[in-house]
Amino acid sequence: MAAAKIVNPQIKIPVAFLAILALITGCQTSIYYWGHYENLVYDTYAKPEKVPPEMQVHVMEEDLAKAGSANKPLPPGFHAHLGYEYYLLGKTDLALQQFQQEKKEFPESTVFMDRVITGLTKK
Amino acid sequence: MKFRFLNTVALAVLLICAGCASPYDYTTFRAHPPRSIVVFPPLNLSTDVRGTYGYLSTVTRPLAEMGYYVFPVAEIDEFMKENGLPTAGEMQQAPLDKISSIIGADAALYITLTQYGSKYEVLTSVTVVAANAKLVDVKTGLTLWQGTVVVQENSSSDNIIADLVVAAVDQIINSSTDQAHDLSSQANAQLFMTKNQGLLFGPYYPKSQQ
Repeated sequence: MAAAKIVNPQIKIPVAFLAILALITGCQTSIYYWGHYENLVYDTYAKPEKVPPEMQVHVMEEDLAKAGSANKPLPPGFHAHLGYEYYLLGKTDLALQQFQQEKKEFPESTVFMDRVITGLTKK
Repeated sequence: MKFRFLNTVALAVLLICAGCASPYDYTTFRAHPPRSIVVFPPLNLSTDVRGTYGYLSTVTRPLAEMGYYVFPVAEIDEFMKENGLPTAGEMQQAPLDKISSIIGADAALYITLTQYGSKYEVLTSVTVVAANAKLVDVKTGLTLWQGTVVVQENSSSDNIIADLVVAAVDQIINSSTDQAHDLSSQANAQLFMTKNQGLLFGPYYPKSQQ
């Protein structure tokens, strides 16, 4: 009996812990495929020399493909950021495509994207 | 037995604290539910210059995962700079009617970092991120929500020799890496996603999970 009393709590604690863990992780299913978007935004400011536009475009194009095969949408701002990187490389057509895509996936971006697109086509 | 007792007490204290925080009053939030949020670069009151962008780059994810459209933070920052607002302080002063007509955002999020960075003692290092945030309805200027968060990470153990090594290694790593940046994600999750204290779910949050 005494042994059972000691063993019991030792079993209960990991079980409770696992249950809580499952509960937490279960609640956090991601809506979007994030890829490297936020890391690239951080590096753009923290280590700009490490993430020139060519590199960002390369990484984000890979993310785009992976999101496709994972059948998950890309997060808000992803296409706008990729479009901006294309613009920095002088690839205006590709930039416009991405800005249109941002609008298509998130109509909330229309006012800002239209402003960016107008600015781009004027130049 | 002693440990178990202490654990129980700690858990009880935790539960009491969680219970005593009264739920946020969401009346204004519910009256003006935003679909989109523009996040301006945080005002940085800490001494670590990396704060503004170290924190800004971690805000999109929790807000988007809560169901909001979040404007591209780097492009908003660039756009504001090109239009004569070079600092976070100036960007946060931008008039609401301009935010509405130029960006088209429903709500604007203003963040102030009160602490950001790592401090070193002899045996340990402490990384702290402390922020307060305010979500404002762009059309009416009403405050929809505000919140405060403090997260702290200590690196130390019970072993003094190990501590010395950890402190030395930490110091080398911390001066080159931005540990507060990693902690910022945790701060944001806590700030925005805590039930009854954080934000309400936005339009893209799956109904099945609510």
